[in-house]
Amino acid sequence: MRKKKLAGVFMSFMMAAGVLAGCGGAASTSGGKDGDTIKIGANLELSGGVASYGQSIEEGIKLALEEINKEGIDGKKLELVTFDNKSDAAEATSGTTKLISQDKVAAIIGAATSTNTLAQVQIAQKNKIPLLTPTGTNPTITNKDGVLSDFVFRTCFIDPFQGTVAANFAAKDLKVKNAAIIIDSSSDYAKGLAAAFQTAFEKNGGKIVKEEAYVAKDTDFNAILTNIKSANPDFIFLPGYYEEVGLIIKQARALGIEAPFMGGDGWDSPKLVEIAGADPLNNTFITNHYSSGDSDPKVQDFVKAFEAKYDGKSPDAFNALGYDSLYFLADAIKRAGSADPEKIQKALEETDGLQLVSGTMKLDKNHDPIKSAVILEYKGGKQEFNTKVDPE
Amino acid sequence: MEFLQQLVNGVSLGSIYALIALGYTMVYGIVKLINFAHGDVFMVGAFIGFYSITILDLGFFPSLLISMVTCAILGVLIERIAYKPLRNATRIAALITAIGVSLLIEYGMIYVRGAQPEAYPGNLIPATSIDFLGVKVSSQSLLILGTSLVLMILLQFIVHKTKIGKAMRAVSHDMDAARLMGINVNNTISATFAIGSALAGAAGVAFGMYYTKIEPLMGIIPGLKAFVAAVLGGIGIIPGAMVGGLLLGVIESLVSAAGFSLWRDGVAFVVLILILIFRPAGLFGKNVREKV
Repeated sequence: MRKKKLAGVFMSFMMAAGVLAGCGGAASTSGGKDGDTIKIGANLELSGGVASYGQSIEEGIKLALEEINKEGIDGKKLELVTFDNKSDAAEATSGTTKLISQDKVAAIIGAATSTNTLAQVQIAQKNKIPLLTPTGTNPTITNKDGVLSDFVFRTCFIDPFQGTVAANFAAKDLKVKNAAIIIDSSSDYAKGLAAAFQTAFEKNGGKIVKEEAYVAKDTDFNAILTNIKSANPDFIFLPGYYEEVGLIIKQARALGIEAPFMGGDGWDSPKLVEIAGADPLNNTFITNHYSSGDSDPKVQDFVKAFEAKYDGKSPDAFNALGYDSLYFLADAIKRAGSADPEKIQKALEETDGLQLVSGTMKLDKNHDPIKSAVILEYKGGKQEFNTKVDPE
Repeated sequence: MEFLQQLVNGVSLGSIYALIALGYTMVYGIVKLINFAHGDVFMVGAFIGFYSITILDLGFFPSLLISMVTCAILGVLIERIAYKPLRNATRIAALITAIGVSLLIEYGMIYVRGAQPEAYPGNLIPATSIDFLGVKVSSQSLLILGTSLVLMILLQFIVHKTKIGKAMRAVSHDMDAARLMGINVNNTISATFAIGSALAGAAGVAFGMYYTKIEPLMGIIPGLKAFVAAVLGGIGIIPGAMVGGLLLGVIESLVSAAGFSLWRDGVAFVVLILILIFRPAGLFGKNVREKV
């Protein structure tokens, strides 16, 4: 009796799997065409640990969606299907499967972090659906061990570039010689930035005097910070995400570490200032994709439109990259003249000289954009524009 | 000097563990149940404190009180709904239920308010660092250490000097005999849960003040560490929880100081395994031979 029941369960499971597989196959050929709309999926961190990234990107995408749909693309409108991956890699994977097999989207935007994007790469590749991450900066997303993931793209620059810019800024502008590095060892992003920073900093004649590590969700950093303090560095590179970064800076200042801290775009969240406090954040810097203080007219138009839509809220880099991602995709769909995922992929690959808020878009052979970065400084809990660095 | 600073770091980390472990050990001492939901009551306490401070605009001490009272009620509810029907069931059934309650509270919280973190406002208690022989001691960690000590003494007093404490010890010794002697066992157990959960609520608010960031899954790791601390000191023994918590904090700090920061959490559980192998009754426990 029990055996029969088990067999029944097994059978129904197999049938369900069969149906799902069928859907997947159908999606890759019909590809999101549904009358007069083109479906675009968004697989974002709308809740969970890094919810602020996903929510910001979504705001940017929605503004772009409104603007693009005023005219439409060759008479067709874009339709956005969002999925909340809860800042979890496993959820991100199942979300992409759902977007492709059930919603039959033509392309997917997401996720915000490198780890959650990497979790989707294989599925996008297998189903031949373009996957565009707005802010996943880890190099392996588009090119792993020398093999190009040809359906995967990104709107942002990559980790080595951010790490190199930070190292050059530390060595040349701040003129520091001894640096310490604190790595979030559970994050591909932090490890990528740290490696690039170390190479470039040592090339400039600097020395790494101490390296410490933590894992996401830690709350007490006093022990590693005491180690850092006794090594007495004059600069600390901290390429983590805002939750831990905020706590680390707060605890470091309480221990009497006065050296400047610097990190990447992972710091960019209003929560950082809430967690660390405004005073401890003085004398800290970040590299970022864009600054609302940039005087470029394209940037200023975007800032105005964004503030009008979101009650005067000033757009951050995630807002800008979300906005740019949909324009990047819309431009490709327009040039492809079709919502066929494979034609969109071809058009995305050929993008050259597209003017976006976060700089001019041109892709190198690894599908990585070549574009400029900005350096921002925290003063009294506010980001201030410091310099703009062009790629070499 | 660096070593001294690491000791201070360890003590301030350990006093949080101690604060949570007090509630753990008390519930175990009376009901012989490892209440895995304790870490999550701690989380709820942190959030109630946060909302009292930000939405109701209250100061630190009123928020602490509200949080303790709400957590006490929550603790009693958990006991009445989840554990009471299982009082005569096997130990393992009660243990599994405790894990279920823990998950229910965690994900219930995420369902209600989302998983994003909140930051405690930083201006409630002056956060000054006191320089002592070149060692920085933050005033907040002194406050937490002081709170744990006071609560420990209070708890010792309640258990050993009051009528309800006497009832608790009687119930712990033999539930049926206590009932025959006219002790209201249900009320006594409820009181135990109320006091234990109120302590967890206090720990939650203190944690929020000290570490700023709170989120719905924040109770898991401190809860497990506090469990280790309670076992280390001898589960069921109140001063044992205090010493176990402080000791665990110092061990973790020294492990990080030696350059093994990534092994820190692992070491806490190695300590648990070692203590279970070599001294199962804990540092303060006496070996009691089991009656056959």
